[in-house]
Amino acid sequence: MGQNLYHKVFDRHCVGQLPSGQYQLFIGLHLIHEVTSPQAFAMLREQELSVPFPERTFATVDHIIPTTGSGRQRPLQDPLAEEMLQHIEQNTADYGINFFSPEKGEQGVVHVVGPERGLTQPGMTIACGDSHTSTHGAFGTLAFGIGTSQVADALATQTLAMAKLKVRRINFTGSLKPGVYAKDVALAYIHHLGVNGGVGYAYEFGGDIIDHMTMEERMTVCNMSIEGGARCGYVNPDQTTYDYLKGRDYCPEGEAWERAVADWQSLASDADAEYDDVIEIKGEDIEPFVTWGITPAQSVGVSQDLPQVDSFADSDQLVVREAYEYMSFEEGQPIIGTPVNVVFIGSCTNGRLSDLREAAKFVKGKQVAAGVRALAVPGSQEVARQAIDEGLDKVFDEAGFQWREAGCSMCLAMNPDQLSGNEISASTSNRNFKGRQGSPTGRTLLMSPAMAAVAAVEGKVTDVRKHLEN
Amino acid sequence: MAGEIISQVTGPGIPLRGNDIDTDRIIPARFLKCVTFDGIGEHAFADDIKGLAAKDETHPFADARFANGAILVANKNFGCGSSREHAPQSLKRWGIRAIIAESYSEIFHGNCVSLAVPCFTADHATCAKLQDAIEADPAAELSIDVAAATITAGGETISLEIQPGAQGQYLDGSWDARAGLLENLGAAKTVAEKLPYVSNYA
Ligand code: SF4
Repeated sequence: MGQNLYHKVFDRHCVGQLPSGQYQLFIGLHLIHEVTSPQAFAMLREQELSVPFPERTFATVDHIIPTTGSGRQRPLQDPLAEEMLQHIEQNTADYGINFFSPEKGEQGVVHVVGPERGLTQPGMTIACGDSHTSTHGAFGTLAFGIGTSQVADALATQTLAMAKLKVRRINFTGSLKPGVYAKDVALAYIHHLGVNGGVGYAYEFGGDIIDHMTMEERMTVCNMSIEGGARCGYVNPDQTTYDYLKGRDYCPEGEAWERAVADWQSLASDADAEYDDVIEIKGEDIEPFVTWGITPAQSVGVSQDLPQVDSFADSDQLVVREAYEYMSFEEGQPIIGTPVNVVFIGSCTNGRLSDLREAAKFVKGKQVAAGVRALAVPGSQEVARQAIDEGLDKVFDEAGFQWREAGCSMCLAMNPDQLSGNEISASTSNRNFKGRQGSPTGRTLLMSPAMAAVAAVEGKVTDVRKHLEN
Repeated sequence: MAGEIISQVTGPGIPLRGNDIDTDRIIPARFLKCVTFDGIGEHAFADDIKGLAAKDETHPFADARFANGAILVANKNFGCGSSREHAPQSLKRWGIRAIIAESYSEIFHGNCVSLAVPCFTADHATCAKLQDAIEADPAAELSIDVAAATITAGGETISLEIQPGAQGQYLDGSWDARAGLLENLGAAKTVAEKLPYVSNYA
């Protein structure tokens, strides 16, 4: 029996087994941001610890940073945000860590920046004090979100204590129908397996659909692994991966590049690799998905009606009822036609160039519906530059979208971009938890960038397939 | 540099019913704008508390009867969502010393281990029974025996489950992973030297 990538990568990073039964894993790339790192640096100072591998940690600022030009002037208007920004500047300077700052034009959502700089490479172990670190799994890495104490562990030792996971292979077979995107694939597997179906597992995504995806689409799929309860998710590296990485800042060149590719190829799961579980999801069964509730599994195909409470297992009915009450939706009502107040296109799930391109196709020459506030927020300053080069900023601007600067923005609304009252937002982000977008009563409908774009134009949830050319 | 040994947790309980209670609800994002964890306990469940108050209902974390609650009894998939340690930090600083639930998100569970807040699991019926018992007599002292993985409530001793690895860590004080990791720094450097990407495939 062959080995899968999870075990191959785990084994080469394993320092040894700890008395707790967990394993000590070397972490090849550690990414940090302003929200979960300040307390970790405080722990280092308190225990008088140094950072032995400062060149393996990279920092940026994403969660709290305002996304308007004037809002980014220093000091930031919100003194708490300014304080957090100063802390990451100071901490990275003190410990010799590279900081991708807004001034250098290198800033962005941490999970957008790592791949685009070529830091994220196949076969690495990656950690970041952020649950959507699973995004980096698209490159065939083991990428884990960690808590602040573990951020301190990673800084002080470049290792983490980790349990060994089981591996579930999810095969997406067939092909996707027009109007169905990587985001729908993500919402589909979460819908299928539930928000805690992945507990104890790493997800390996494969099959024809994944094989044919671009790297940006694979990132969207891996990004949401954590929403399905999996500790990480990955796609085996292949030619698409190497083509994406070639020539990026931190990637090897020349002969070293050839050696790298050979190494990466050897790490992909063997054809006869063993898995703890294998499931199949058919592409034909995936519709454009929209969430209607307060967990990312509470979703329906856009053409469907909202489910009956009694169609759920007894133990799930409480949270389903809670979702209906919070969202003020009724069982059996169609999701199509649900009015939206806000449209948010961005985040580490769908804030990359291809996402903006796809959304722009549907808003080009159209107008955002009256009364709808629409934001297009590039995932990084680099994404913004490329989008502007292609004129996408103008497309959004002319349609009545607000074209913003890079950051997490309304994904979690730690900056000024927030819902107010019980507004409904069509959002390309990854979480529809209660209060997630800044208002304790705000309501979030997760969907693909194309679906969000047509929702902006129509002012309500709309089936993107009606807007496809011919 | 081992941590404190945690073999027993005693104190009143606090029931929190419902599945899928996520970290954004435990500590709403606006309270994450901080560079220390000080004071974060005061904001635990801030929005859920407000939401219920508007309906003239009282959230357990705002209910005077449970103000001294140390043992939290929750339901399924507790602590799902973000990896931010702010959530378990706010529970710990609020006064929670141990948690019993039907299941946890893994990152939340791991964070609780590093904060020395033991997490136990029990089936739905047991959690519901404990929640009922706490509501019936909020002042009653509950007592958890970490080695036996049991809770004693009202004279009755009930079996719980705990991850064996984590259990051992509480009992020998090794829940502070950092100390153990630091001991092997030399070995970690040896592993790093063998990883081809560390030298950028030179
Ligand atoms: S975009 Fe959203 S999910 Fe991604 S890192 Fe930022 S806040 Fe987290």
